[in-house]
Amino acid sequence: MADIRNDFVGIKSPNPFWLASAPPTDKEYNVVRAFKAGWGGVVWKTLGEDPPIVNVNGPRYGAIWGADRRLLGFNNIELITDRKLQTNLQEIKAVKKAWPDRAVVVSLMVPCEEDNWKAILRAVEETEADGVELNFGCPHGMSERGMGSAVGQVPEYIEMVTRWCKANTRMPVIVKLTPNITDVRYPARAAKAGGADAVSLINTINSITGVNLDHFAPEPMIDGKGSHGGYCGPAVKPIAMNMVAEIARDPETAGLPISGIGGITTWRDAAEFMALGAGNVQVCTAAMTYGFKIVEEMIAGLSEWMDARGHASLDAIVGRAVPNISDWQHLNLNYVTKARIDQELCIKCGRCHIACEDTSHQAITSMVDGVRHFEVIDAECVGCNLCVNVCPVENCITMEPLAAGVVDQRTGRTVEPTYANWTTHPNNPAARVAAE
Amino acid sequence: MTDGPFKEGIAAGRLAPQDYAGNFADLHPPFDRHEAQVEADRCYFCYDAPCVTACPTAIDIPLFIRQIATGNPMGSARTIFDQNILGGMCARVCPTETLCEEACVREAAEGKPVQIGRLQRYATDTAMAAGRQFYDRPASTGKRVAVVGAGPAGLACAHRLAMYGHDVTVFEARPKPGGLNEYGIAAYKTVDGFAQAEVDYVTAIGGIAIENGKALGRDLSLGELTGGFDAVFLGMGLGGVNALRAEGEEAAGVDDAVGFIAELRQASDLAALPVGRRVVVIGGGMTAIDAAVQAKLLGAEEVTICYRRGKERMNASDYEQDLAAANGVTIRHWLQPRRVVAEDGTVRAIELEYTREEGGRLAGTGETVTLAADQVFKAIGQTFEPAGLNGSGPSIAMEGGRIRVDAEGRTSLDKVWAGGDCVAAGDDLTVTAVAQGRDAAEAMHRALAR
Ligand SMILES: Cc1cc2nc3c(=O)[nH]c(=O)nc-3n(C[C@H](O)[C@H](O)[C@H](O)COP(=O)(O)OP(=O)(O)OC[C@H]3O[C@@H](n4cnc5c(N)ncnc54)[C@H](O)[C@@H]3O)c2cc1C
Ligand SMILES: Cc1cc2nc3c(=O)[nH]c(=O)nc-3n(C[C@H](O)[C@H](O)[C@H](O)COP(=O)(O)O)c2cc1C
Ligand code: SF4
Repeated sequence: MADIRNDFVGIKSPNPFWLASAPPTDKEYNVVRAFKAGWGGVVWKTLGEDPPIVNVNGPRYGAIWGADRRLLGFNNIELITDRKLQTNLQEIKAVKKAWPDRAVVVSLMVPCEEDNWKAILRAVEETEADGVELNFGCPHGMSERGMGSAVGQVPEYIEMVTRWCKANTRMPVIVKLTPNITDVRYPARAAKAGGADAVSLINTINSITGVNLDHFAPEPMIDGKGSHGGYCGPAVKPIAMNMVAEIARDPETAGLPISGIGGITTWRDAAEFMALGAGNVQVCTAAMTYGFKIVEEMIAGLSEWMDARGHASLDAIVGRAVPNISDWQHLNLNYVTKARIDQELCIKCGRCHIACEDTSHQAITSMVDGVRHFEVIDAECVGCNLCVNVCPVENCITMEPLAAGVVDQRTGRTVEPTYANWTTHPNNPAARVAAE
Repeated sequence: MTDGPFKEGIAAGRLAPQDYAGNFADLHPPFDRHEAQVEADRCYFCYDAPCVTACPTAIDIPLFIRQIATGNPMGSARTIFDQNILGGMCARVCPTETLCEEACVREAAEGKPVQIGRLQRYATDTAMAAGRQFYDRPASTGKRVAVVGAGPAGLACAHRLAMYGHDVTVFEARPKPGGLNEYGIAAYKTVDGFAQAEVDYVTAIGGIAIENGKALGRDLSLGELTGGFDAVFLGMGLGGVNALRAEGEEAAGVDDAVGFIAELRQASDLAALPVGRRVVVIGGGMTAIDAAVQAKLLGAEEVTICYRRGKERMNASDYEQDLAAANGVTIRHWLQPRRVVAEDGTVRAIELEYTREEGGRLAGTGETVTLAADQVFKAIGQTFEPAGLNGSGPSIAMEGGRIRVDAEGRTSLDKVWAGGDCVAAGDDLTVTAVAQGRDAAEAMHRALAR
């Protein structure tokens, strides 16, 4: 059996699946249910100062759906906890005491003054919690008050607040980053500069999930108006993974522990984040959609895969994909592929044909000798993968590399066995300059 | 409790009164909005989609399904009606398993086609329930067209002509319009008076007058029609029924299946409709299945279909055969009727002879079997009755016992078009009748515009 115990900046948990700071972690009741279900840890719903904030009393969530109303993207305009600080602290303490083997991290958001942070850190230490997460991500409401993503969008503030926190607590400090920024490496570098033990990302993305066309107002609609919310769930996973990868491969932040968040729903999602450098993962929307039981699938699936592949512990997988994330300019231009359609599997829907014909390279037939037949024309195929992506049958169309020495029918050139990239390509003006 | 299924002979009220409604309920209950959207989402929106080619009316199926998926069932209905104004009935009665759904690529992929028929019903029901009419009748062209027969062919023809502003008079022999939609289709395929509701929906465009109880050959002659109208469309269906060619078939209790179904369709109280205890249906097509299943649903104890060739030769689709089996009908093959055994002029049994194919020809083996029967239904095909065409002066050219038409539906007579079951080119499907009626109307319009 693979060992899936997790040690994240010294915080230990029986598995790498934590619940992200959000409604599932807002109360002792929920967190106890989560631990009973098997979650390895929680990041408690973000605490603020008293008096507690208030939430809207109308709808606070929006969503987009796929087939059969499967929830694909989720959005919220909820603020941080709306319960009294003391109530939360008491419950955190009780939970940590009752569940010593689980990770309990407390998310925090207070105004940008050192004294405010100092005070709340002291209060949290009392609870024996394992660590804190600084919420610099919340993109709605709190940011209008100079907190949340308003801090997370200014690297200097991140560094400053992180430094205060490190100076004022013995607990590990995780900095939660907002994705609402052009280059996530800058806030990550700032967190590191401030002494953060780790970063966690992503928080939610500014979004409008829908517009009510009867009222001409965004959803969720509150008395005829709406404001942007924070987007999460399966739809954000690709964005989150890229951001994790950018930090993991940035030489300036290399080795900085990352807690991966964003759309994680299955063991596979988790494994992918970890391969990209996340030391563990946090989950919110999937739990809010299906309940806490999904962690059973995550634990079993991850172990099963690790066993099957001979990965003994999480260390064997964390960051394994990082060396393979490359800049475009270093991709091998001598690697030539052609689409191949398995005629046995082809159901003749014609989607590959019309996609390639209308929008790409006219490289798939629709009719051969008067019969409906879909076949790749090598002389036209650029190997773009569009047909693979639109084909409804898995593995029916595959991209096959041409062996070295074979002539590419499209270019008339022989496939080279060597590696060559853009930096040395004759069409690259910069390369020519370098060559001269 | 009534005498129940075991009462000898042909009797009414074999079931408890409350059981009739359940037995004759909608075969495929309609999709609700969510079900329709989930199913619509399965469509791959194929390029040059095979289902469209397979539909005799060539409805743009991927488009109408996409319109359902995007929450626009009204637009979807319009896409359907553009090609097939009887799309509502076709959605209920088409043997989709041998038409669009057989061609669906998901049938190839996983043996589970997109349920095109039920989606089509969802869209058309939505529009019809809302009373939404998509077509305006333009100003009258002053051209007058006579349509004979208010079945699917005649109605589709009349509607398309009305769309072009021609004035249409439909002459229908029966007391009600609809043709076999009203008198022939199995009750559980078209519940709640849908056939008449659809006639109302189709004629709501205006410019279509239906005269019920007016039969060509009895009340009017073709010569009168060609003389009094600018064009004539014949959509008279098939009026005759093939004989068994078995000794004693005139015995009481030997009935034709189509007549039985018509009676059933018109019955205001199914409990009052008599049916045999032991019923034998002779035939292998849709009519045989429908008669057998409905006899069973009326409470017959034992219903057997006897077909003179093997299973694969039956005209009824696999789906229809399964439906019969699921309803407790026994299907026997390689049996042809020889003699009706009667007592006091009333059928008691039927003697059948085993058959085999010898070099492609069917031959009796000499071996016989006798099945007890209180009622025997003939369902071995219908025939065109040309009597109605008599008195038209020059006679209309026929082909294989039906009216000969060219690719545009034109008969050998000037100004006269025909379509549906009564023409040689038909294939005895509602949807084909609709396609032929529509296409003939297009050709008539072109001719009238000249
Ligand atoms: C029992 C049965 C079940 C069937 N089930 C199905 C099914 O499930 N699915 C399917 O696709 N098809 C089915 N069919 C076939 C389908 O009903 C026909 O193909 C279709 O109705 C043909 O349409 P039509 O307009 O040509 O003829 P009809 O529907 O037969 O209409 C002809 C009309 O013309 C009238 N008429 C006849 N002679 C005259 C005259 N001299 N003067 C004036 N009017 C006249 C008739 O009264 C009738 O109203 C079934 C047929 C039968 C018999
Ligand atoms: C309703 C809701 C409330 C949230 N509240 C907080 C919060 O108080 N503090 C915080 O750091 N993140 C909060 N988040 C963000 C999540 O912790 C998480 O970063 C984000 O949802 C992405 O993960 P997911 O795709 O698994 O949901 C909230 C998310 C949701 C859906
Ligand atoms: S890989 Fe791209 S270019 Fe080649 S056949 Fe597929 S869609 Fe066309």
